[in-house]
Amino acid sequence: MRIGVFVCHCGTNIGGTVDSHQVAETAKTFPHVVYATDYLYTCSEPGQQEIQEAIKENDLDAVVVAACSPRMHENTFRRTLERAGLNRYMFEMANIREHCSWIGEDKEANTRKAIELVRMAVAKVANNIHLFPSFFDVNKRVLVIGAGVAGMQAALDCADGGLDVVLVEKKSSIGGRMAQLDKTFPTVDCSICILGPKMVDVGQHDKIKLYTYSEIEDIAGYVGNYTVKIKRKATYVDWDKCTGCGLCMEKCPSKEAFDYHNEGVTPTTAINISFPQAIPKKARIDPEYCRYFTKGKCGVCAKVCPVKAIDYEMQDEIVTEEVGAIIVATGYGLMNIEELGEYGAGRYPDVITGIQYERLLNASGPTQGHILRPSDGEEPKRVVFIACAGSRDASLDRPYCSNFCCMYIAKQAILTRDHIPDSEVYIFYMDIRAPGKGYEEFVRRAQEEYGVQYIRGRVSRLYPKGKRMIVKGADTLLGTQIEIEADLVVLATAATAAPGADELAEKLRISYDEYCFYMESHPKLRPVETNTSGVFLAGACQGPKDIPASVGQGSAAASKVLALFSKDQLESDPQIARVDERKCVGCLKCLDTCPFQAIEEKELRDGTIVAHVIETVCQGCGLCTSTCPPGAIQLQQCTDNQLIAEVESLCQAWRERSFG
Amino acid sequence: MKRDQYAYFPGCTQEGTAIEYELSSRKVAEAPGIGLVEVEDWSCCGSTPAHTVGRLLYGALAARNLAIAEKMGLATIVTGCPSCLVAFKSALEMAQDDETRKELHELVDIPFEGNIEAKSLLQVVYEDVGVDALTEKVKKPLTSLRLAPYYGCILTRPPQRAQFDDPENPISMDRILTALGADVPDFPFKTECCGAAFGVPKRDVVLKLSAKILHMAREVGADAIVVACPLCHQNLDLRQGQINAHEGTRFDLPILYITQLIGLALGFSPTEMGLDKHLVDVDKLLRKWEGEPKT
Repeated sequence: MRIGVFVCHCGTNIGGTVDSHQVAETAKTFPHVVYATDYLYTCSEPGQQEIQEAIKENDLDAVVVAACSPRMHENTFRRTLERAGLNRYMFEMANIREHCSWIGEDKEANTRKAIELVRMAVAKVANNIHLFPSFFDVNKRVLVIGAGVAGMQAALDCADGGLDVVLVEKKSSIGGRMAQLDKTFPTVDCSICILGPKMVDVGQHDKIKLYTYSEIEDIAGYVGNYTVKIKRKATYVDWDKCTGCGLCMEKCPSKEAFDYHNEGVTPTTAINISFPQAIPKKARIDPEYCRYFTKGKCGVCAKVCPVKAIDYEMQDEIVTEEVGAIIVATGYGLMNIEELGEYGAGRYPDVITGIQYERLLNASGPTQGHILRPSDGEEPKRVVFIACAGSRDASLDRPYCSNFCCMYIAKQAILTRDHIPDSEVYIFYMDIRAPGKGYEEFVRRAQEEYGVQYIRGRVSRLYPKGKRMIVKGADTLLGTQIEIEADLVVLATAATAAPGADELAEKLRISYDEYCFYMESHPKLRPVETNTSGVFLAGACQGPKDIPASVGQGSAAASKVLALFSKDQLESDPQIARVDERKCVGCLKCLDTCPFQAIEEKELRDGTIVAHVIETVCQGCGLCTSTCPPGAIQLQQCTDNQLIAEVESLCQAWRERSFG
Repeated sequence: MKRDQYAYFPGCTQEGTAIEYELSSRKVAEAPGIGLVEVEDWSCCGSTPAHTVGRLLYGALAARNLAIAEKMGLATIVTGCPSCLVAFKSALEMAQDDETRKELHELVDIPFEGNIEAKSLLQVVYEDVGVDALTEKVKKPLTSLRLAPYYGCILTRPPQRAQFDDPENPISMDRILTALGADVPDFPFKTECCGAAFGVPKRDVVLKLSAKILHMAREVGADAIVVACPLCHQNLDLRQGQINAHEGTRFDLPILYITQLIGLALGFSPTEMGLDKHLVDVDKLLRKWEGEPKT
């Protein structure tokens, strides 16, 4: 075996606290090493060129690069090896940056550690074997979870690109949060007017199979070949028959059901179509409020329905879909106002949330677009907005910014002045965050053209006085305390992860942060990928986002799927578990251990039972190898022998240092 | 009913300005079976003066009492004073650090593990006895009284230290008073500042802030304000005359401890509850409660 070692300085990233030259010089003394050198930036083009030339000139069989984490550049260097005619798996990386130079300042100790890391990598690569990937077919269908604006955009882009799309939405209509909004910032476009056509496109696209009022029950498989179980929740209305005429809503005697679309500002009927532009425009019974379900008798809707669509016996149904990739666009939730004790914790009817105010402004909302306050239905003359209600608040465990509140408050303030010209509008804010195109100008317009009073400071308490609310706070620019008597108070409550986001993440096997927002693969360079290949993110499920950013991510995720599906076959990583059938005793402990169901039972010709790894399913986690009593199942390129070789080389170094 | 033993730390006020809190606390604890065992040879908790001087001094003064309580073999130390409670909780926090605990140990010269739990008397009544158990014991409900619960600043805050009730909208006293039969209004200033220890260095701050609380109590139609803190009581009751003189107001609002009201409802006499110890007269309140004709 002829091994070459290349030690990187990474500028001062490694060179600052590790003597890379000494590491290379010492490496020359290791067994099998015939060539060693150091270089300022090994990943640069001349750096890679040097590796290629060294391979040819010194007839190298294997290469070790001591540089950054393999997560950064393992693939880069594997391709370098391939260009020089070596098998790409005859390569090991010693991480002397993240694991060494970045974590200690003692140059001597760091250099010693770097030498040991390289020594181990050399011992390991000496036991590497040539591996070759296999190929498997890709199912070119895509699942999009969530039909808000991000999910719809992703579904449309995929479908227009020729892919079959399965679009699953939890609510009974597509549209998401944007369908609840009255206007959008900074153009003050009617939200549903610009979203409506997109919703119609989604509803009518022959490549998009729509499952609304449905949830993901289970996901199995891997990139290219997922099997998805979808739960279609019972609506108690046969949607093949329902024409969306709305007669049932007119006659339903139970009128106290929670109106999700209107955020509970006013109640709705137990059987309802969530909003006029709903797609599909079909009725659904809320069994929590329906008298047939709660009292056992009623049946008015069944009597009046002209097409006999009501079916009280309907049950949830599980359907299975096969797809090759998944786009997650499950959006965001909003914090419960009850968490804000200082703002009344929901006790005061005239303290409402931003999204509730949005419904009050909307022409198809509960007040037909007239701003009327919930307590007595009177028109408020003085409206106070409180920004960052729950966001940027470490005491509520939400230190993050909710991203879009500054802008929607400015919009709502402008709309308030439009609707009620003799109204006064105050906004309490911490900072104004308006970094988008045309955003800052929009906020200035609110201040200068619409006379909205911006007060920099926090509100410490809200309490009622007669028919009005007292807003008690600080004006930190004037350095004074301030009290405002308001008719209506609107809280810009914090955006949170969507309810159930963590459960879905577990099903998808993707990671999420401490607030349950989904983790992108790289915060700068892989914003819509996840660390699970074949699963992509779009919109606010990854973090609070406004509409243009969500749409952009929807398209980005779709383009990632289209690129993935541009190949008919995908390469599978050969660094997976493999069973030595002569050693396997057929105990099948590995079968139970494998989290990916990648191991199956196999009968040999003589009737012996052994374990067998399904190549395309195995993720190479290595759990099975530590379970196997006779050590018959081995992770390729991470075998017991290789690990022992690494440890032995380390012990040898220790022996030499201790006893000379 | 469970009979739990608690190490009881009265604190300096309970022997002086808040003697009625002490009287009522001990009586009220007896009834539902809470055993209060006074911390032997207890000393200053380390409150306000000490923690402005030095953190270690503050910790050590509290730690001495905690260490004695630990030696008594009791799992919980209970006090009626929120300021003492904060001192204890701070010392227990400090004791989480091994180095600091050793320093504290050296200073107080009594073994100090820092694993005793500190609770307010209100918390013990609310959580360990429970509102339901209390309701069963009620003999003379507080019907006809409209009582505004006032929690003050540190009984529930900062939340990560207090670990009790909602920091901004506490409801423990609300629920207890409701269970005792009282009419409890929504009192928006239940956690506003009364001015606390500023009564000495800058009295007009206290007079102004406490006046706001009295004013709000009158707004919501309260017959009395209910407190669980000797300092709040001092500012609102003892200084009510000063407030009236300073602000030109004519407040005449009784300020009662939560334990006194529990005691009355459980059947103890007003004198047993130390109701004769207040500066603001409570006779009118008692007459309203007992339904006697106004003279």
